[in-house]
Amino acid sequence: MAGVWRKTRPGQRGRAMLTDALLLQLGYNATLVTLGAALLGAAAGVTGVFLVLGKRALVSDAVSHATLPGIGLAFIAMVMAGGDGRALPGLLLGAAAAAGLGLLCVSWLTRRTRLGEDAAIGAVLSVFFGAGVVLLTVIQTMSAGRQAGLETFLLGSTAGMLRSDALVIALAGALVLALVLALRRPMTLAAFDPDFAVARGLNVRRIDLAAMGLAMAITVIGLKIVGLILIVALLIIPPVAARFWSDRVDHVLALSGLLGGISGYGGAALSATAPGLPTGPLIVLLSFALFALSLLAAPRRGVLATLLRRRRAVAPGAGR
Amino acid sequence: MKHDSTRPEPVRPAIPATAGDAPSVPLAISGLTVSYGDMPAVNDVSVAFRSGAMTAIIGPNGAGKSTLLKSALGIVTPLSGQVTCWGRPLARQRHRIAYVPQRAAIDWEFPARALDVVLMGMYRELGLLRRVRASHLARAMSCLARVGMEDFADRQIGRLSGGQQQRVFLARALAQGADLYMLDEPFAGVDAATERAIIAVLKEIVAEGGTVIAVHHDLATVPGYFDRVFLMNVHAIAEGPVATAFSRENLDLAYGGRLAQDPAGAAGARDAY
Repeated sequence: MAGVWRKTRPGQRGRAMLTDALLLQLGYNATLVTLGAALLGAAAGVTGVFLVLGKRALVSDAVSHATLPGIGLAFIAMVMAGGDGRALPGLLLGAAAAAGLGLLCVSWLTRRTRLGEDAAIGAVLSVFFGAGVVLLTVIQTMSAGRQAGLETFLLGSTAGMLRSDALVIALAGALVLALVLALRRPMTLAAFDPDFAVARGLNVRRIDLAAMGLAMAITVIGLKIVGLILIVALLIIPPVAARFWSDRVDHVLALSGLLGGISGYGGAALSATAPGLPTGPLIVLLSFALFALSLLAAPRRGVLATLLRRRRAVAPGAGR
Repeated sequence: MKHDSTRPEPVRPAIPATAGDAPSVPLAISGLTVSYGDMPAVNDVSVAFRSGAMTAIIGPNGAGKSTLLKSALGIVTPLSGQVTCWGRPLARQRHRIAYVPQRAAIDWEFPARALDVVLMGMYRELGLLRRVRASHLARAMSCLARVGMEDFADRQIGRLSGGQQQRVFLARALAQGADLYMLDEPFAGVDAATERAIIAVLKEIVAEGGTVIAVHHDLATVPGYFDRVFLMNVHAIAEGPVATAFSRENLDLAYGGRLAQDPAGAAGARDAY
């Protein structure tokens, strides 16, 4: 952990605060937020393994962008009902509904039209996101909308986060983590060899739906901390990094969860020391650093190991 | 599961549907029709596969052989028709049926070792959360040993040759401990050593009272490998012992009379079709 933050070389005061943040010394609220981000990262890491193995990684990008109009509509609905438009559970509910609709659109376009999945993803992603941006602009003109702070859902922010919000995120992250671990065997079977899985009596369509549903849950839970633009990175980078270290699904799962958890924890702690920095990008950059380390240094599959092996293979061959 | 020798053996047309409801018939298909788009891939096929036998499903490319296997297993949904296994619906007998799919559809970069693939065959015992115990691992290793792959247990599946991969998939089927083995072109693209290893294991299975049904392409090896054949070309053509059903007349019906040689010496037949 220490090595990770030293590379960023913050100022003397920042360094003291960062140590405090990493050791969870910044008070109850910041501690809760950091732990919530760690749980979210771990849950995203394990969920992402099955997205990557099932080649569905980009679908989750469409789904996450599709949440934006849901957030806007939920805000407007809550204000019109006379409540506080910023209530997180309501906003997340709206986000989940819109994400589900986006997912349905992608699968309908893919199955019922001649569009390929990539084109369907592109269409749904941009249309929903465009609608969301329009809604946010409309909300800016509402009297209740000026301080709505909905734009923080784009890139994530932990500044001024409510204690109850952090608790919701931590609990939901833990729940998704537990569900993915419980379903890991059928999801592995369905991703590896769907025909065999059906022949064994597994309902592969329902398993796929569960995997997408869990990814959708991560997207929605992660809106506040990571933001909808970058959440897909937290779903994809840890599994891809973990894959460098092992050829076994169970190990890849554990490591991906660990890398995601470290990224969430470190990113949230970093942003606690500098409230101007958006949390989502920090978490994603941290996970990328772990990916780069894996790419270079992993035994056997890493770049350095491959180079060494090639050199060793070439050396005796030269004397042939 | 005993061989029912009192029943007559109609060679053509295929055994009618009603004969397949007996508990001794591991797989009975009646009136099965499957269609992709407008063209039927399998049209009104009825056939009962014999217990304790090794049956080849043969026919030209596009005859619907793989589709028949897949729809019998519920992988492809048929338009109409019924499938019973040992006289009961498929859903209640799945654990007794092992399927070895074609290798083409697999992502070979998947993080799984040969041993992990074999353990997938024990899904029913392991369930969602049960721990993999030493006894499971020992059984998986013995299944790998039966196909001569015990030295490759820790190898990631993408770093095995095509023949080795096929043997690992057969080991996965063995780990399931099934009574009926259904294989889709088990000898496609494998080396001679693998072909010998696979056929030896399949003959062991039959000798132990199991049943083997395999989609097969190489007509030259049919008499040496199999007890019975089922010929089809979208429609069912004939089912019976190799000695009688694997006839020039039936092959002409299946392959549209384009087969130049006598099947017993049809070494080049596979390449022609």
